[in-house]
Amino acid sequence: MSVPGQAAGAKTLRIRNLRAAVGDKRILNGIDLEIRPGEVHAIMGPNGSGKSTLAQVLAGRDLYGITADEFSYGGRDLLAMAPEERAREGIFLAFQYPVEIPGVSTVTLLKESLNAVRRHRGEAELDAMDFLTLVKRKLALVDMREEFLYRSVNESFSGGEKKRNEILQMAVLEPRLAILDETDSGLDIDALKLLADGVAKLRGPERSFIVITHYQRLLEYIVPDYVHILAAGQIVKSGGRELALEIEHQGYAWLEREPGAAGRPLAAG
Amino acid sequence: MAASAATPLEEYRSLRGALPGQGLAWLRDLRDGALQRFSERGYPTPRDEAWKYTNIAPLLKQSFVPALSLERSREVAPADIAARLFAGAGMPLAVFVDGRFDAALSDLSGLPRGIEVRSLREMLERDGAALETLLTSQAPREPHGFIELNTAFMSDGAYVRIGSEAVAERPLHLLFVSSGAEQPLASYLRNLISVGQGGRAAVIEHYVSLGDAPSLCNVATHCVIERGAALDHYKLNEEGAGAHHFAGLYVEQARDSRYVSHNVAAGGRMIRNDLRCVLAGEGAECDLNGLYLAGGRQHIDNQTSVEHRVPHCTSREWYKGVLDGRARGVFSGHVVVRQDAQKTDAQQMNNNLLLSDEAEIDTRPQLEIYADDVKCSHGSTVGQLNPDILFYLRARGIDEARARRLLVTAFAQDVVARMTAAPVRAWAEHLIMARLAR
Repeated sequence: MSVPGQAAGAKTLRIRNLRAAVGDKRILNGIDLEIRPGEVHAIMGPNGSGKSTLAQVLAGRDLYGITADEFSYGGRDLLAMAPEERAREGIFLAFQYPVEIPGVSTVTLLKESLNAVRRHRGEAELDAMDFLTLVKRKLALVDMREEFLYRSVNESFSGGEKKRNEILQMAVLEPRLAILDETDSGLDIDALKLLADGVAKLRGPERSFIVITHYQRLLEYIVPDYVHILAAGQIVKSGGRELALEIEHQGYAWLEREPGAAGRPLAAG
Repeated sequence: MAASAATPLEEYRSLRGALPGQGLAWLRDLRDGALQRFSERGYPTPRDEAWKYTNIAPLLKQSFVPALSLERSREVAPADIAARLFAGAGMPLAVFVDGRFDAALSDLSGLPRGIEVRSLREMLERDGAALETLLTSQAPREPHGFIELNTAFMSDGAYVRIGSEAVAERPLHLLFVSSGAEQPLASYLRNLISVGQGGRAAVIEHYVSLGDAPSLCNVATHCVIERGAALDHYKLNEEGAGAHHFAGLYVEQARDSRYVSHNVAAGGRMIRNDLRCVLAGEGAECDLNGLYLAGGRQHIDNQTSVEHRVPHCTSREWYKGVLDGRARGVFSGHVVVRQDAQKTDAQQMNNNLLLSDEAEIDTRPQLEIYADDVKCSHGSTVGQLNPDILFYLRARGIDEARARRLLVTAFAQDVVARMTAAPVRAWAEHLIMARLAR
């Protein structure tokens, strides 16, 4: 898979004709997407267009019936990989709705998670001291207090705190392909900048990002290489950064009128 | 117990003379009376309300020989005992093998002043008269066949006396070993624990097996907690897969006393605990913590009862169960508040986690209140692991088995956290992990 001049460990995500359904309900209707190392792709689209399903399918959620001509990461078939394997291979999903986990502290989650990834990479597990030093440094990055570490994951966290916790986990795990599923929604401008900082610090030739968002606003801080518009489970238009601005100004309704942009009427809402 | 083997009545006739303390008329009468009642009523059956979900008929087809009919108990290697101790805790230790005290395996040299730990058999043979009140006054309210047989056949057990104002800094470890003898054995144990006025102690009743051979343990433990005294009582069961365990635990509390029970049931083929706590003096408090972990075809039945007899007492009960495979759990929590027991504060909660579709739990909280100025609550829940949480953990690289263990540990965490003895807490955490790894 390796391309000359490409950073070691860098991987490409290749998606051809990806379809996903729950029972009779088709949600993704043939997605084509290729994300090369170092690239940032933004995915925008109206509610119900399949953005979150795409994120969940990438992370390995088993609620869907899935078919694809190709669905691979670094040359490995994603459908043959359990969610934990994908995570260890470097795929990270920042959840749109992070769950609360009563009785499991954030520090436990981070430790279990980081060590699982390190073991997979053939690295030694971090000892308690090194681990805590690392986590404290990352905490500062997302402007979270240390006491968050010792509370149950997301339990009685505000919406914004839950999102910061996702960014913290991303910062600790340093994934190769990070999928941010509307991580910006519910964030104030300061938190948005922290998120953008976090992404900027990770950005590099071996890492790529999928930024799913409703709003152009985030893309002022995380400047994408490509923008895709998702509608009714298909990518109906792709372009550069300027496409996001068009959406900002015109909304999604124009997509229906543009010839060739969408093969069929868009799903409601 | 099988048709071909001796009946309890025949066994009693042949062993009666060998039972300890038979020189004492009151004890002979006590035993004879219990056996008489047993021969009239027999073993409990599912028709008895309290045994509705615990059917012992299959057990009665197996035959167990009373361990006391053996000349001597099987030799157990000190290494087998060492493996069961709480690492580095240096607790005073009393070991019982197949229902018989083993002085050589025990170490009671470091007991603090005012604290006595002895073999009940020895006590009955030397100065049994001193035990008359303890053994006769605390009859269970609704005795069933196993308790009657325990009274008839009790042959040893731990006698623990915490003198007035005496304090045991380290927990006392009572280790009951089922040796895995070729011949399936039945042991009949009676433990007597009393804490004198203002005394404080922690006592660990710990049941283990060497191997998975069939065994039957019938035990009754009586606790008397005098005024202002405090007892932390751990009952830990991690017996082998062939073990059957029937236990009665009877607690009586005087004014301003405090009793904390930690009941961890994780071993054996079948465990039945009847726990009965009587708050008989104002200002008394009891905390009943329970954790049951069962997999395979294990059956664990906890019947608890708290009786508020007088005003201003507090009871707390938290029982949690984790059931996997085709395991079956039963919980009954009965709280009675008598007419005089005004200002009672009683809370009870039972939570269950089912890890498989075939596991089952029958939970029955019951409040019976005859006083009008009281604060009482109870509840129970049955749930499964949340698939969204499992996916979240897996999406962070944690494999499914480990994610499940994390969540089960989290579920049981508050019961474990209430165990004040750190070595036992560590043991419990390890136990949860080990059970889930199977």
